[in-house]
Amino acid sequence: MSAEAKRAPGAETAGGRNILVVGVGGQGVIMISKVLALIGQRRGFEVKQSEVHGMAKRGGIVFSHVRFAPKVWSPTIAKGEADALIALEWAESLRWLDFLKPETGVFIADTRRIVPPFACLNRQQGAVTAYAKATPAEVVERISNAYALDASGIAAGLGDARAANTVLLGCYSVALDEPLEHWREALDLFVPKAARAINHAAFDAGRTWAEAARAGTQEVPTMPALFSARGPAVKSELEINAAWCKGCDICVKLCPERCLALDKKQIAVLTKPDACTGCRVCEWLCPDFAITVHQTAVGAA
Amino acid sequence: MKAEAAVRPAEPASSASIPLTGNEAIARGAWEAGVRVGVAYPGTPSTEVLENLSDYAPSEIYTQWATNEKTALDMAIGASFAGVRSMTSMKHVGLNVAADPLMSQAYIGVNGGLVVVVCDDPGIHSSQTEQDTRLFARFAGVPVLEPSDAQEALEYTRLAFQLSEDFDTPVILRSTTRLSHTRSSVAVGERVEQAPKGFIEDPQKTVIIPANARRLHPKVVAREAAVARYFEGSGIHRWEKGDRKFGVVTHGTAYLYVKEIVPEVSILKLGSSYPLAENTIREFAASVDRLIVCEELEPFLETEIKALGLAAEGKSLFPRCGELSPELVREGFAKAGLVEAAPVTLNETVENMARPPVLCPGCPHTASYLALRGLGARVTGDIGCYTLAAVDPLRSIDTTVCMGASIGNAVGIALSGTEKRPIVATIGDSTFLHSGIPPLIDAVYNDVNITVVILDNHITAMTGGQDHAGTGRGMRGEPTYQVNYEQMCRAAGVDWIRTADPYEVGKMYQTLREAIVHKGVSVVICSRPCVLDPVRIKGAPLEVKAAGCVACQSCMNLGCPSITWSDETYEGRNKVKIDPTTCIGCTLCAQVCLSDCIQPVTA
Ligand SMILES: Cc1ncc(C[n+]2csc(CCOP(=O)(O)OP(=O)(O)O)c2C)c(N)n1
Ligand code: SF4
Ligand code: SF4
Repeated sequence: MSAEAKRAPGAETAGGRNILVVGVGGQGVIMISKVLALIGQRRGFEVKQSEVHGMAKRGGIVFSHVRFAPKVWSPTIAKGEADALIALEWAESLRWLDFLKPETGVFIADTRRIVPPFACLNRQQGAVTAYAKATPAEVVERISNAYALDASGIAAGLGDARAANTVLLGCYSVALDEPLEHWREALDLFVPKAARAINHAAFDAGRTWAEAARAGTQEVPTMPALFSARGPAVKSELEINAAWCKGCDICVKLCPERCLALDKKQIAVLTKPDACTGCRVCEWLCPDFAITVHQTAVGAA
Repeated sequence: MKAEAAVRPAEPASSASIPLTGNEAIARGAWEAGVRVGVAYPGTPSTEVLENLSDYAPSEIYTQWATNEKTALDMAIGASFAGVRSMTSMKHVGLNVAADPLMSQAYIGVNGGLVVVVCDDPGIHSSQTEQDTRLFARFAGVPVLEPSDAQEALEYTRLAFQLSEDFDTPVILRSTTRLSHTRSSVAVGERVEQAPKGFIEDPQKTVIIPANARRLHPKVVAREAAVARYFEGSGIHRWEKGDRKFGVVTHGTAYLYVKEIVPEVSILKLGSSYPLAENTIREFAASVDRLIVCEELEPFLETEIKALGLAAEGKSLFPRCGELSPELVREGFAKAGLVEAAPVTLNETVENMARPPVLCPGCPHTASYLALRGLGARVTGDIGCYTLAAVDPLRSIDTTVCMGASIGNAVGIALSGTEKRPIVATIGDSTFLHSGIPPLIDAVYNDVNITVVILDNHITAMTGGQDHAGTGRGMRGEPTYQVNYEQMCRAAGVDWIRTADPYEVGKMYQTLREAIVHKGVSVVICSRPCVLDPVRIKGAPLEVKAAGCVACQSCMNLGCPSITWSDETYEGRNKVKIDPTTCIGCTLCAQVCLSDCIQPVTA
């Protein structure tokens, strides 16, 4: 699908901008927010940049509101008022969609997926991840100015995937009529000296990508389904031979799902059959061979 | 108390304008006001106040992390006694801990100006509760200043010191997460040195025995009225004339949302909610047809205004819980009929995914809790990064209350006599020093059967990596005496103490097992540095040899964010893989792997 019908990113609002930058801790949300704030300031606007980063270090959500205009009151952008949403991670891009201006808001997102451990909690046979389901194609379909790109891949190609944030910044830069030199100077203020060259390259790559998108020659990246290759569905059952069990507690302690316990007679019992995934850890570890896991295939692959 | 006319809002000698966050502006304001001593215990969102203050020359300001908020305020009070300007900063819940000295000092007053910066966290971005410090200010009888942006944060901080000295009172400067962490342009001034006054011997003022307290209390009441009078004429309350049909009384960041949503109405922006500017409010109310109070968190002003006998609307329009936002303020004014409701044509968010914060790859806490999980213990928790072990997949903490609560809670559970499981209290090193020592003494004193696990990661990690008395370094990196936990526990009367390395999973587990069978109080110190602070630790990554992986998910139970599912499966469950860019090579996953398929990366 081409981006033919789309307007250039952000070309719709003259003057000030409301830009929401989102991602996951450690991705560089704050760095590109600071660059955007500085650009706003250079343009002679009042600037507010508001972030919540309390959980940033521990892989949590990070978001930063950048607002510049002749006069800015609220430190945060109201829902439906963002001229641009710049997302450094795919699921995060979806979380903030309702902040975008209907019709005119520009969506720029890296298709990179950072799957949190939380999304892999259901380990049952055949279970699927809780990671957000929507694909770039679906979002591009819904939002008139949506740009999804593999920014991390582009940055990695240049030598460091961590510069993906700067690729996205470069991509957004075509929306502001601002000389390249100003962007470079602003970047240099916030990236370490050793990382300047790669960040300049990343910025240029993003800009080039966006110009091509403007011309309608960029494809919407496809995303392979996550964890797709499932084996045949299996149903497992646990058989515990009470006569052989001596209550050593090993299976109880090491069951990954915590679904075993010792009963009053110190015999292992399956207390949470629904939680059992049939992983066989108990079967392997039982020193007395008292546990057997039976698996039967259900249905076809 | 000096003549009220002497007090004037500090005027910034606008030499330059620089972008500052609220916290940076508070630090700048304190520096400009000539503060000499700054002490604090970290806490989001207040931490950067002291961190920024310590960027100024040590010859101008002494700054240091305190053991807790009470000792911080005690030290700041001491400096004030000795005649220099002093400041402490804390998060809202920190003031609960520092409440005792605050209440007394409200009676005693100051010699050098004393400012207590308190950052509230509406919306509970990173806290255990949502509290409105204005209630505390009124409770203590201490004036509170409420800046709404970084420029005001700087100016009000300077004013706070002035007010403190002119009215002989500690002053609370109240910030919120939003203000503390929003950056905007600030016109800054220069430092004005204050001549140290030295200690003034006046025991009737500085020794709060009942006879003195009975004399001082009426002074607190008189001061309330005097400060209110000063506020009336000071310009700290701003009356912005507008449409007389609606008058909005507001404060702090709420003011900014009001200006964003209903700029045309009459606005009374209060720079302080306590002591209340009664006359200004009455006059303002009389000038408008309908009075609306827009405030964040508690209906503080609304209640006071209604007590004046004035008709006002407030929490019937705006929520009492959570952080205000332009949307919520719009909703409130829409309910009142002032504005249109928000357009409904918004982009609906698509199905969302929860992304709770997680322990870092290689976090030493992971292994300690994995071992506890296996022990089937009743585990009381505390506040720090390790609180994240309360949720899946580690899910090994039963209670969390507030800082330092774990040990006392464990003692109480033991005293109840109902608990059949081994009782284990888990507490971080910084939290142990903060408020874990008195309950440890209680534990021994009551001779209960509990195990205390001190999770010593050699830093205050949760708040971004601050030093403390147990790290052997001060906040400017200077070497200091390093608290010895083992000696400390021994002095409290604990006779069974072991130090273990959580990176040795088997040994850790064995040590904990021995600890829980010990009769009486046992202490296990889990010693291993945080992988983020003070230095980021990154070793050679491990990888999963997929052929051997049986998808048992034992390693997934660590909750290490570097481990995720791969596309391959075994008996219908996903095998796992490791992200080499984030894995730090701690080997915890390899130690719990039952099929020995997690190994160093081979070319
Ligand atoms: C009374 C109070 N003060 C401060 C805080 C903020 N706070 C939360 S966790 C924490 C640090 C805990 O450090 P530590 O116990 O060493 O655990 P770590 O985070 O290093 O694992 C602080 C200061 C708080 N929640 N309550
Ligand atoms: S910051 Fe340190 S203590 Fe906190 S989760 Fe990371 S490694 Fe663990
Ligand atoms: S060695 Fe294993 S547990 Fe440790 S950081 Fe790497 S993947 Fe995580």
